[in-house]
Amino acid sequence: MTKVYVSSVIPAPAADVWKVVRDFNGLPGWAPFVAESRIEQNAHADRIGCIRSFTLRDGGRIREKLLALSDYDLSCSYVILESPMQVENYVATLSLTPITDGNLTLAEWQAEFDCAPEREAALTRQIGSGVFQAALTALKQRFGR
Amino acid sequence: MVEVRQSTIIDAPIEEVWAILRDFNGHDRWHPAIASSEIDGGEPADAVGAVRHFRLADGGELREQLLALSDKDHRLSYCLLEAPLPLMGYIASIRLKPVTDGDATFWEWRSEFHPPAHRRDELVKLVSEGIYQAGFAAIRNLLRRRDVLTPAEARPVPAIAPSKSSAVAPRPSPAPSSESGEPTRAILVERYGGPEVLQLQEIALPPPAPDQVRIRHTVIGVNFIDVYCRTGFFDLLQPPGVPGMEAAGVIEAIGPAVSGLSVGDRVAYACPPVGAYAERRNMAPDLLVRLSDDISDEIAAASLLKGVAASFLLHDVHAVRPGEVVLVHAAAGGIGQLLVQWARHLGATVIATVSSNDKARIVENLGAHHVIVYSREDFAEAVMRLTNGAGADVVYDAVGADTFGGSLAALARRGHLVSFGQASGPIGNWDVGRFASKSITVSRPNYGHYTDTPEKLAPHVGRFFTAFRERAVRIAAPVPYELAKAADAHRDLEARKTSGALVLLP
Repeated sequence: MTKVYVSSVIPAPAADVWKVVRDFNGLPGWAPFVAESRIEQNAHADRIGCIRSFTLRDGGRIREKLLALSDYDLSCSYVILESPMQVENYVATLSLTPITDGNLTLAEWQAEFDCAPEREAALTRQIGSGVFQAALTALKQRFGR
Repeated sequence: MVEVRQSTIIDAPIEEVWAILRDFNGHDRWHPAIASSEIDGGEPADAVGAVRHFRLADGGELREQLLALSDKDHRLSYCLLEAPLPLMGYIASIRLKPVTDGDATFWEWRSEFHPPAHRRDELVKLVSEGIYQAGFAAIRNLLRRRDVLTPAEARPVPAIAPSKSSAVAPRPSPAPSSESGEPTRAILVERYGGPEVLQLQEIALPPPAPDQVRIRHTVIGVNFIDVYCRTGFFDLLQPPGVPGMEAAGVIEAIGPAVSGLSVGDRVAYACPPVGAYAERRNMAPDLLVRLSDDISDEIAAASLLKGVAASFLLHDVHAVRPGEVVLVHAAAGGIGQLLVQWARHLGATVIATVSSNDKARIVENLGAHHVIVYSREDFAEAVMRLTNGAGADVVYDAVGADTFGGSLAALARRGHLVSFGQASGPIGNWDVGRFASKSITVSRPNYGHYTDTPEKLAPHVGRFFTAFRERAVRIAAPVPYELAKAADAHRDLEARKTSGALVLLP
């Protein structure tokens, strides 16, 4: 089991950040690497069990199923059903925590997955820096002061 | 039940922060509210169940028990066993999370407890600001100091290294405080002397001690006692020092051991220790007076010390009764104006002395029954003439050398001379035996002895503000001087050029 953990401070109140990231179909609006997204079978994006199917800017396709969404904890978990990354049992959680000092937000994005040992370092770097951190950096810039 | 939750970002790697916080017995080395701590029975501090017994800077004693400690989650939980405050069922936890983007640390400190309803807000504020926020600031300062000593290369490298340039998101108003304190402008007396020793300088103001508050002054009162401090006649000021014992302003910061006051509260004070001639100062909150909306900063700074003094002079030192003849010297001065109006309000016949015709008109307007310009006529003879030879029942004399003898002569039998100052010089030596010729009482009251505890001070403050609201006393707009011109204010005060109160504006 490989774990990846990334966190950033977003310069905005947690409620404002949550409005953006809670939309399971909203990745194209803020994640720089996602070109387009839809929810399969026309389901609502906050229905637990719904599946998002999205296209990366490099052409790759990913399908992910919503496992948990909490407006109380400000967190969202999902599992990858299909992707070009060659990972198994990939479960990720994106969560927000208010920082009272300055009314900012801690955004954490973590994932656990299985993969071939020789691919672990590259995947960790790709997911941690290329996906999670890149998206959080975009989020920081979106709320940048 | 209430839940308190505070969180911050510390600009240091998580292991560095955790190394400090995980020591359940180490809080006395970083938290400003805690003076000393030990683990009961000599248990190791990381044994779950250990009880830390600690003493606050203000003397309060507490015992807390470690409920959980996790090096995996960077979390520790504890509960309160004994405390001098009703923090019923207090359970708290500290949790750290790494901020990989910039190698910083997220720190959350939260608790639940059951406060008595009427103390809920006060206790929530104490916990969130006095304990948690103060703790955040202390750790931040501690690590900043270490940083100076530790080369950056020595720090651990994060597992996923993002570009360093992104660092931690900018935070609003990061308080730039150095070890030596924040710069603030103040009048510094480096040696006793004339008005010229009042020099504006930038001094370093440290953070408030646990039992102090920081006040940002808006208006500063000038009193004759400040002259005595400047010249060294009173030893309330030891050079180098900042004079001034009266001001109004706003609470800007609160030490963790202080309760009952909030940042943003409007306050005024009129008490030692000296230090009012400054933009900001730290002081103990005991003798602070909270200002209601109908009392402006200007009025408070111009009149609190004088009003409190007038209150105890007219009620405690001598209880003025209706029909008494009251003689007030320097009646156009700050305190003189109050004594004239208030004594009249109490039903006394007020005779006032002043040095000029202009001042005579001011005092007449305040309601004095008789005004004597003492440069033109002998005031003792005038008092005897005005009272058909009976004399004054009480004389309020802060002039000293020039008037003391005349004041004794102006007294009625069983009269009371209240000598509360000596603007013209020391009163000299007098033969107490001769006071028997009129059964004279002489009082030499000291401001501090009537006002040095909240219990002593509060009735006078209440009485004075009531008199002000009822318009029994009116406060003239004070004459303003820039803080930098404090020397001019002293020159004018000593030259008797002024009437009413003088204030400094920072």
